[in-house]
Amino acid sequence: MVVKVYGPVRAACPQGVLACLLEKDVEFEIVHVDLDSGEQKKPHFLLRQPFGQVPAIEDGDLKLFESRAIIRYYAAKYEDRGPKLLGKSLEERAVVDQWVEVEAHNFNDLFYTLVLQLVILPRMGQPGDLALARSCEQKLEKVFDIYEQRLSNSTYLAGDSFTLADLTHLPAIRYLMTDAGGLAHLVTQRKHVNAWWQAISTRSAWKKLMNLANY
Amino acid sequence: MVVKVYGCPFASPRRVLVCLVEKEIEFETVPVDLFKAEHKGPEFLKLQPFGTVPVTQDGDYTLYESRAIIRHYAEKYKSQGTNLLGKTIEEKGQVENWLEVEAHNFHPPIFNLTVESLFHPMLGIPGDEKLIKENEEKLAKVLDVYEERLSKNKYLAGDFFSLADLSQLPFTELLVSLMEKQYMIRNRKHVSAWWDDISNRPSWKKVLDLYPAPDSKNWTRFNNFHV
Repeated sequence: MVVKVYGPVRAACPQGVLACLLEKDVEFEIVHVDLDSGEQKKPHFLLRQPFGQVPAIEDGDLKLFESRAIIRYYAAKYEDRGPKLLGKSLEERAVVDQWVEVEAHNFNDLFYTLVLQLVILPRMGQPGDLALARSCEQKLEKVFDIYEQRLSNSTYLAGDSFTLADLTHLPAIRYLMTDAGGLAHLVTQRKHVNAWWQAISTRSAWKKLMNLANY
Repeated sequence: MVVKVYGCPFASPRRVLVCLVEKEIEFETVPVDLFKAEHKGPEFLKLQPFGTVPVTQDGDYTLYESRAIIRHYAEKYKSQGTNLLGKTIEEKGQVENWLEVEAHNFHPPIFNLTVESLFHPMLGIPGDEKLIKENEEKLAKVLDVYEERLSKNKYLAGDFFSLADLSQLPFTELLVSLMEKQYMIRNRKHVSAWWDDISNRPSWKKVLDLYPAPDSKNWTRFNNFHV
């Protein structure tokens, strides 16, 4: 059964799901959703995702949304193949969850606001709030300082191997390094964060996704 | 081994406390004085570098982020107390789906509403009326989605109580009690029935009984509140 992933291949949250499916070698088909025309807020899509957000998946009878729920589901379902994205024990798994939560609550909002102000709004012809973007950048500096400290003691965020905790950061950091001009320093100026980014962004699953997305 | 739960005994730490009660796990609370900014001090930052509560310590094993903690204990003690994760991998997927909904769609507006209409006024800072209105409107839209979902399912993840429902308890409690916005729940037939069900669980009543939120006279002596 091929998993249908609803959402654009270039949007951050769908990319998290696609990266996970690629790591686990799960066949999928991308069903594009046109965010620019607001397709995600139209009635037919709201039946699938009532908050009007991407991604959503359909796998036979199973329908799920929320990218971090979807990746946890597939990482558990295919625990026995590919990398151990949930760690190797219950205790490791909780540390994976902890850092996925950190990404969700301490990192994601700042990143999203930055991208909204610096990339998305200008692309729609509206001025971004540069003061707000600057404030987010300063807060992100502090978050990255904590990551630098963590990664000086641990090769990956949850321990000594790649897990969902690292994977959930890939789409946002890719954005910071390329599309959101002038922010790559957040990564490159921190020795351990930079080394970690090099390691996770050169994984073959991620490279496959970059090809699929035509970057 | 008794689990230590660091935090103030209302809001996010309650998410962990009610889970531990449901799973029949012994715990002790270690107060962290938010009003004296203890959670931003160097000692606490060694435990939790982002300076937020709760944190748990189980022997040598430390965890933070309330939704990571509840997932861990729900899984570790799967065979004792209430099953909070569904019975199959697919049911668990639905639990994860709606727990993420709570975290990303429900929590932001209800948290902002709590800060503006509860925390700030109790500290003598006027609540921002514009923010209150905006966040109440956002929360109303989320509750409309819940109403639709709960018209077809007894609980958020399906026909079983799970972490997805449990996670909503702490801030919804503040909404209907101290914030006096119970109409947001009562005006929605299925959300109202669901709220009656989950808030009357013995575990939740025990948490409220043992760890009540400070009443309004206790808040005003603090003038250094850091959210």
